[in-house]
Amino acid sequence: MSLNTASKLEKILSEGHYAVTSECGPPRGSKPEPILEKAELIKDHVDAINITDNQTSMTRLCSLAACIRLKLNGLEPVLQMVTRDRNRIALQSDILGAASFDISNILCLSGDHQSFGDNPKGQNVHDLDSMQLIQMVRMMRDEAKFLGGDDLDRPVKMFVGAAANPFADPFEIRVPRLAKKIAAGVEFIQTQCIYNLDKFEAWMQGVRDRGLHEKCYILAGLTPMKSVGMAKYMQKRVPGMDVPDEVIKRLQGVEKGKQAAEGIKMCVESIERLKECEGIKGFHIMAIEWEQKVPEIVESAGLYPRPSVN
Amino acid sequence: MIVADRKPVEEIIEHLKDHKNILVLGCNECVTVCEAGGKKEVQVLASALRMNAQTQGNEVKIDEVTLERQCDQEYVEEIRDIIDQYDAVVSLACGVGVQFTAEQYPSTMIYPGVNTCFMGATEKRGLWTERCQGCGQCILATTGSICPVARCAKRLFNGPCGGSTAGKCEINAEVECAWQLIVDRMKALDKLDQYETLCPIKDWSTDRAGGPRKVVREDVQQ
Repeated sequence: MSLNTASKLEKILSEGHYAVTSECGPPRGSKPEPILEKAELIKDHVDAINITDNQTSMTRLCSLAACIRLKLNGLEPVLQMVTRDRNRIALQSDILGAASFDISNILCLSGDHQSFGDNPKGQNVHDLDSMQLIQMVRMMRDEAKFLGGDDLDRPVKMFVGAAANPFADPFEIRVPRLAKKIAAGVEFIQTQCIYNLDKFEAWMQGVRDRGLHEKCYILAGLTPMKSVGMAKYMQKRVPGMDVPDEVIKRLQGVEKGKQAAEGIKMCVESIERLKECEGIKGFHIMAIEWEQKVPEIVESAGLYPRPSVN
Repeated sequence: MIVADRKPVEEIIEHLKDHKNILVLGCNECVTVCEAGGKKEVQVLASALRMNAQTQGNEVKIDEVTLERQCDQEYVEEIRDIIDQYDAVVSLACGVGVQFTAEQYPSTMIYPGVNTCFMGATEKRGLWTERCQGCGQCILATTGSICPVARCAKRLFNGPCGGSTAGKCEINAEVECAWQLIVDRMKALDKLDQYETLCPIKDWSTDRAGGPRKVVREDVQQ
C-alpha cells in the first residue's frame, strides 16, 4: 500500500511497524486545557490520538476543535466523525475544516444512538451511514471532488479509518462487513475492545481466509479494566461488548486495591497474545478516563519506544 | 395502514375548555383498525367529555359522527349540513384526516384527538408496529423486503452497526435489529452474497427532506 497522505499513522503502518493509537474524550464544557492535558500524558507512547465525537451521545466539546488543538501543538490526531449528528453538507464542511489544518486521519462511524446520551429527545440525522462516509472521504481525497460533483481546490489528504466490532451480531456477517468497508475505501480499522480473544481470533481467521488483512491495517482495540464493577458494567450494559465471565472471575480473584493493576496486566497479556495473531498491525488502547496508564501498558507490552518517522 | 394512538383525554379536555358545541368525528379506516379513532373510540371519548362537562357543571353539547374516511372529499362533505352547529370538532382521524377536514371547513376549529404515529401493521390485536416511512424510493428489493429506513434506529443502509446483540437493537432489548432480520431473510433466500453490495448514498429529496410531496397522475385525473 503506497502512501496517500501525510499521516504519520499511515507511514508507521506502511513501514511495517506496529502502530499504537489511543483516544481522548473532549471535556463536557469549553475549557481548553483538558484535551491537551490528556494528550500530554500519552503523546510519547502513541503514534496518533483519536478524539471521540460526542461518544455515547453525551454532548461534548467538538472533536474537530479538539483535533485542531492537538494538531497546533504538534500532535497527530485522528478525527472521529459520526453520521448521527451531521448531514452530508456538515460532514463535508467539517472535513474541509479539518483538512485545512492538515489533520491527516479520520475515523468514520455511525455513532451510538442518541437515546444513550443527554439529549434522548433529539433527532438523529444519518443522512449517510459509516460506509457511505468512507466513500465520501475517499472521493474528496482521490477525486478531489465534493459529493455534489464540484471540484475541490485542494484534495482532502486523509488516511481513512473505520471501526469493526467482531463481537456484535450476527457474527457471520462480521467478516463480510469488513470486506464491505474495504470495498467502500477504508484503509485502517480500529476494533471494538477485545476481551473474548478466542472469538476475536476466530474472526481474524475469517479475515485472513479472504485476504482482507492485506487490504487494510487492523488495529486491535483494548481497554484495561479498572475494577470488577467496570467489567460487570461492560458485560451487561454496553451494547456489542463481549466480556467473558473468566475476565470478571479473574478480577474478582484479587483484592480490591489490586484490581486495577490486574486489569492492566490482562491488557498487556492480550496485546502479547494478539501480536501472535497474523494480520494485526497495531493496537488501539482506549483507556477510558485513565490515560495516565497508557504509557505503562505500551512499555510493558514492548511497544516502546515508538518508531520515529519523518 | 396509518397507525395512531389515543391522546390523553386531559389534553383534549384542555383544548376544548372554551367550546360549547362539539362534534367528535371518527374515521372508519386505519384508525378504526388500530382502535384509536373509529366509532367505538368516538363513543368512549364523547362519554368522557360529557362526564367531564357534567362534573364541571358546564352545559356542553357533544355529538358523534364517524365518516367512512376523512382523507377523501366526498366523505368529508357529509358533515357540510351540520358543521355550523358546532364551534369545535375533535377529529379522531390521523393527521391527514384532521388537516383535510380543516381544509374543507375553514371557519371551524378542528382539534386532533389522536397522535398519528407511523405506517405499520397489526401484529396482533393491541400491537401495531412500524414498517414504512414513505421515503419515496423503495429499496426493499435489495434488503430482503425488510426496510432499514423504518426499522433500523440509525436507518443504516449498510448495517448492522456494532450494537446489534442477539438479534436486538442497541436502543432496547425489545426492539428487533432490522439488519439481523435482513441477514436472516437473505440467508433463507440464499442471497446472502448480495449483502456485500454497497448500498449507494440515498437521495433523500423524495423523503421529507425534499419538502411537502405529491404524487401526480395525469392519466387518471378527470
